[in-house]
Amino acid sequence: MTELSVSTTAASHVPQVPLPEAPPKVTVRSLNFYYGEHHALKNINLTLGTNRVTAFIGPSGCGKSTLLRIFNRMYDLYPGQRAVGQLMLDQTNILDPKLDLNLLRARVGMVFQKPTPFPMTIYENIAFGIRLYEKISKSEMDDRVEKALRGGALWNEVKDKLNASGLSLSGGQQQRLCIARTVAVRPEVILFDEPCSALDPISTAKVEELIQELSEDYTIAIVTHNMQQAARVSDKTAFMYLGELIEFDDTNKIFTSPSDRRTQDYITGRFG
Amino acid sequence: MASEHTAKAFDSDLQELTRLVAEMGGLVERMITESVDALIRRDVALGKRVVAADIEIDNLQRVIEERAVLTIARRQPMAIDLREIVSAMRVATDLERIGDLAKNMGKRVAALESDFQPLKLIRGLEHMTDLVLSQVKSVLDAYAAHDLPAAMNVWKGDEEVDAICTSLFRELLTYMMEDPRNISFCIHLMFCAKNIERIGDHATNIAETVFYMIEGQQITDKRPKGDMTNFATTVPGT
Repeated sequence: MTELSVSTTAASHVPQVPLPEAPPKVTVRSLNFYYGEHHALKNINLTLGTNRVTAFIGPSGCGKSTLLRIFNRMYDLYPGQRAVGQLMLDQTNILDPKLDLNLLRARVGMVFQKPTPFPMTIYENIAFGIRLYEKISKSEMDDRVEKALRGGALWNEVKDKLNASGLSLSGGQQQRLCIARTVAVRPEVILFDEPCSALDPISTAKVEELIQELSEDYTIAIVTHNMQQAARVSDKTAFMYLGELIEFDDTNKIFTSPSDRRTQDYITGRFG
Repeated sequence: MASEHTAKAFDSDLQELTRLVAEMGGLVERMITESVDALIRRDVALGKRVVAADIEIDNLQRVIEERAVLTIARRQPMAIDLREIVSAMRVATDLERIGDLAKNMGKRVAALESDFQPLKLIRGLEHMTDLVLSQVKSVLDAYAAHDLPAAMNVWKGDEEVDAICTSLFRELLTYMMEDPRNISFCIHLMFCAKNIERIGDHATNIAETVFYMIEGQQITDKRPKGDMTNFATTVPGT
């Protein structure tokens, strides 16, 4: 695939007519979050539609990454942080203290800002996660690795060097390896926290294209500082400011005629 | 208008676009007035000046389009900024068309040779021009001031222009039937009346652009219309 065709397909995917409302995959009701005394998220209400891409935008410190980290209970790793309210993944209460976090994180995968491949071979980067959850034969594993790498749009570039180190790949390839690793354990939801901020424009276009493809099978939430990226890849956009959800609407509406003045000021570069 | 951008240069880009559209609007208004003056006074020299002025309008439209495209490329504008830039391009296109219509009237001055000049027709044409000119002025003011109610007044106010145009058509048809020597003159005048009516239509287009710029959606209502020239006929002796 040429680089040019990557970006044109990504652009042409943006629906002209808003997609029909999707059934909710993740439902957030009256969600509050505290870093110790600091009230970081204030009464958040929204839903992530099944097989839709939802983008979270807002100035630094607005709480968008905090919200993303609640979706798979990342905050549990840190003492003094707590979430109050309702957060449902289908019928599962994500905030339930008795919930098996490993299972939750298999269902809700996450891709970070900086590519974080494990210091092992490309093959093992993928196989490692699968082995945590499943016992499968070598040939089955080979299939799963290939499938995951295809899912990460990386297979053609690495199929001849599966035993090379994951760290030998370029930044953009490493990020797609991380996406493949996430896809490998067959999650239902994938969270992207600034997935392209460390990537060059071509790698960014490839990842954006990939996000569009993944949305056919997964529910996706993406935090991004790049508003054009949010406009390109997402179906719904949430604008957050000072821990509050200011506006949540169809992406096409948010970026052409937002309802709230604060949204407009932010996306037109008047503050933040 | 919204507060300042963090990138100040973006504000000056937008202001410059608005200023260029205002400049173009001023020139176009003058072209309309002068073209009709030239027509009424049979002032061939003035008609030629109007024709020459159109080059300036065309240049301005090109400049506005280039700047708008450059601003989009540089700033990746969103929401109101994006709508303002797109609107500037659309208004410039309408103004350029208005310029063409005025230029066309300027050209026709030289062709009006007959002494035949019924006062009633001339008054009708003048009245229609006054109405259209005030429509163009109001809509350009509404565009500059982001004044939605004013723009909507223009949008709804085109009916009277259409009605005068229809009645002029009927009258011209009568004159032509009375005496075939009037035909050449009347045809020219008929085109001029139609040009003025078209200028009015462009003013309502601009009103629609103002609506889009402010509201963020296209206007969907049907505009009231009074142009019946498509059906205008007259029977000898009536």
